[in-house]
Formats: sequence, structure tokens, C-alpha cells
Amino acid sequence: MSKKDIIICRCEDITLEDIHNCLKEGYTTFEEIKRILRVGMGPCQGQTCSVLIQREIATYINKPLEDVKTHKTRPLIAGVVLNDIVGGTDE
Amino acid sequence: MNKANIVIVGAGISGLSIAYNLAKKGMKDIAVIDKQYITSGSTGRCGAGVRQQWGTRLNCILAKKSIEFFETAQEELGYDKDIEFKQEGYLILSTSKNEDEVFDKNVALQNSIGIPSRRCTIEEALEIVPHLNPKAFTSASYCNTDGHVNPFLMSEAYYLAAKKLGVKFYFYEEVKSIEVTGSTIQKVITDKHEFLTNKVVNAAGGFAREIGEMVGLEIPVFSENHEILATEPTRRIQGPMVMSFSKNIYCQQVPHGSFLMGRGNKDATRDHDISSSWQFLDEMAKTVCHILPEVGKLRVIRTWGGSYNISPDHQPIISDVTDLPGYYIACGYSGHGFMFAPITGELISQMVLQEELDDYAKDLNINRFTNKTLTDFEESVV
Repeated sequence: MSKKDIIICRCEDITLEDIHNCLKEGYTTFEEIKRILRVGMGPCQGQTCSVLIQREIATYINKPLEDVKTHKTRPLIAGVVLNDIVGGTDE
Repeated sequence: MNKANIVIVGAGISGLSIAYNLAKKGMKDIAVIDKQYITSGSTGRCGAGVRQQWGTRLNCILAKKSIEFFETAQEELGYDKDIEFKQEGYLILSTSKNEDEVFDKNVALQNSIGIPSRRCTIEEALEIVPHLNPKAFTSASYCNTDGHVNPFLMSEAYYLAAKKLGVKFYFYEEVKSIEVTGSTIQKVITDKHEFLTNKVVNAAGGFAREIGEMVGLEIPVFSENHEILATEPTRRIQGPMVMSFSKNIYCQQVPHGSFLMGRGNKDATRDHDISSSWQFLDEMAKTVCHILPEVGKLRVIRTWGGSYNISPDHQPIISDVTDLPGYYIACGYSGHGFMFAPITGELISQMVLQEELDDYAKDLNINRFTNKTLTDFEESVV
């Protein structure tokens, strides 16, 4: 299967080829790749792509998987509708 | 031992723009040092807006000149991705008679230096952003050449252009001290290298004060956490940034489809905290659902924080230093370093290369606080 056809980040439609190109440009941490390709910034917040990208980085820089950081986890853990947040306050 | 003609501390948008401008003018051996990577600090956390509607003359001039650069940045920097510059305006809402009067004054000032802003009634504002709650404001001001630029890609555009011109970058390397003898800079010492150099640019964003202290200079700035949230991407429903100083909100839909919105916190502590709080989420949700009810239907998918580096008058310090020739400062942007980056690079490169400075630029000097030469104060900040 061509690298162009393998989707790594489903939120942002990022392929394995995109990831490899980014690595070749010198961005070899998840946070750097995120800023260029938006991986991990979509509705799933990296739940699908983070470990796949971690593995690609580890292979590229030739380090053990456990030495490669995944994405920074940010609140919220799931999407919440703004109106529901307002409705949920007790004022 | 590395040798450099100049060491730039910080690879955020300011440091990158300065490096590019110096290299473009022919300076060699430029080193840019960052404790992480490009846009890892405030630049990568900012709200991605670029506006010219300011309340002080200096901020208006800086903003106008920067927008002029953004208009041609893609070509000038030879960048092959898209910096996502869109000019769909900023619509700024007034919520009181008092604020109406301030907006009258601001728009007159903006127009006097060629910024095409105008005052709007509630009806006119609704034509620009139909989903506004008409009961949430009394009038507005609008400038159609304000807009949005992608901070990550704009930074990468500068970075690649600077690299092409020979600028050397040192990432994941932290400046630990700066050696000075008499009034001459000798060395910049990091956790990995020593750089022999006589010139240093402090473009350290949230950490500008600390980089000042390394040469015994007290820069009157402090850092403060400002939080932001992003929603899931959705169909295009809002062109302009909607903003209100009195309601404490800015909110825009970026080209990618997400809404970004942020607000300040008057109780924020003066430190390097950049954490997310539930209080922000709560206040932000209330504010946006009131002003832009349609946006209230969207899901929040992430929140984060970043440092505003705040100066006493909410105008940047773009300056050399009288007692320490070779030390340059670009900080204190008070939340607007991204949108002022093009002119920052231009002005610092003029100072370093001892070119003639425009008169207005002299007012950006750090001496303005000790000499009390400037009394202008920028109120138009969220």
C-alpha cells in the first residue's frame, strides 16, 4: 500500500507520507510535527495518531519507543458543547 | 567555542523575523538559540489574529506596517506552504456610551495614519456578522484589512527563509548566562555551547525579563497567563474576528474551521504559569454564548494557556540599551508579539546595522519608562 494512502491522523487527513516528509524536514518530536501538520489537534485529540506517530519518530531517529514522547494532553478529555457548560453552572 | 556576529535569544516569531531581516541585509554568522524549538513559547499559543485597530499611535503604526508585510510575506519569503493570511476584518464591539466615545477617538486616530477602520451601528455590525446577539453591544468598529495568519506556518516561513540565508539555529539549548566586561558583551553561555559574540538580541518572549537580568538590566515587564480554547472545526460561519474589551473576549473562526477564543484574567499572577483552569472555561463559555449564541452550539475540544509579556504602557519595547551597546530588546508586546513581528524584525535590524531610524521608532526605546517621555497607554487589549 502506498504511503499516500495510509491515513495516520483521521481528524486532519494526514498520511504516512506527510509524516515522513515532516521528519525529513527536521521535525522529530510530536509537538513540532503537531504545529506543522495539526496532528493531535482535532476532535480526537491525538488518541489515534499519537502512538502511530511515536513509532514513526522512534524508527526515524533510531531510538527505543519509550524514549519518544507522545503528544501533550490538554483539557478537555472529550468534546463538550459550550452551551452545556453554561447550563451546567449553578448560578 | 562558537563565534557569532550576533546571538538571538528566542526562536519565536520575533526572533525569527529579526534573524531573517538581518540575514537579508547581508549580516553573516547569525545564531538563534531556543530552549525548545520554533514557536514553542507564546507564538505557538497565540490567538492567530492580526489587527490594526489600536488606541495608541505607536501601536497603530507598528500594526499597519506589519499588515503590509503579511500581504506579501508568502512571496517575499518564498514559502511553499500557505501562511493562511485572510483579511476578513476585526469587528470590535462597544458595550457602553463611554466605550462608544473611546472608539470614536480610536477610529479617528487610526484613519489619520491610513488605517481603513470605521464605526458601525448595531445594524451595520449585524450585516458583517449576522449571528451576533444585537442586545450584547451598543456599537462597533470594523477594519476590513485586519485578519488572521497561521502562527506556526508564518514562523516556519521565516525560519526556512532565514536558514536559506545562512542563519544557524540551536534548538533544545538554553541560554544560562551572558558574560559582559565593562560595557562590552563577550560571551553567551548555554547548557551546550559558548558563543563568542559582542551582540545579543533579547527576543525571549515570556522570559525576556530573565534574559535582561543576565546582563544586570531590569526590563519593566512581567509575564501573565492568558488562556484560550478551540472548538471542533465546522462549516464557515464567521469571517471576522469578533472582539470586545469590556466583555473580555476575542473569538474568530480560523480558515481550518475551528473557532479560537480567549480572554484575560484580572487575577492572573505575574509568573510563568501557562496552565488551563475550569474558571476560564466557565467564563469563556458564558461570554461567547451571550455574544455569539450560534457558536455556543459547538464543542470545545482543547484549552491551553500562554504568556503575555506585559509592559507598563502595553506597547512593545523595541530598543537598544544606552549603557550596554550591542544589547537589543524586543519584548513587552503585551499579547501582540505575533502580529507585530514583521516590523520588529525591520526595526531591530535597523538598530543593529546602525541605519537611520524613523522618528516614531525612537519612542519604543526602553528609556521611555525612566525618562517618562511617553504618557500614552494602550487600553485596547484583551
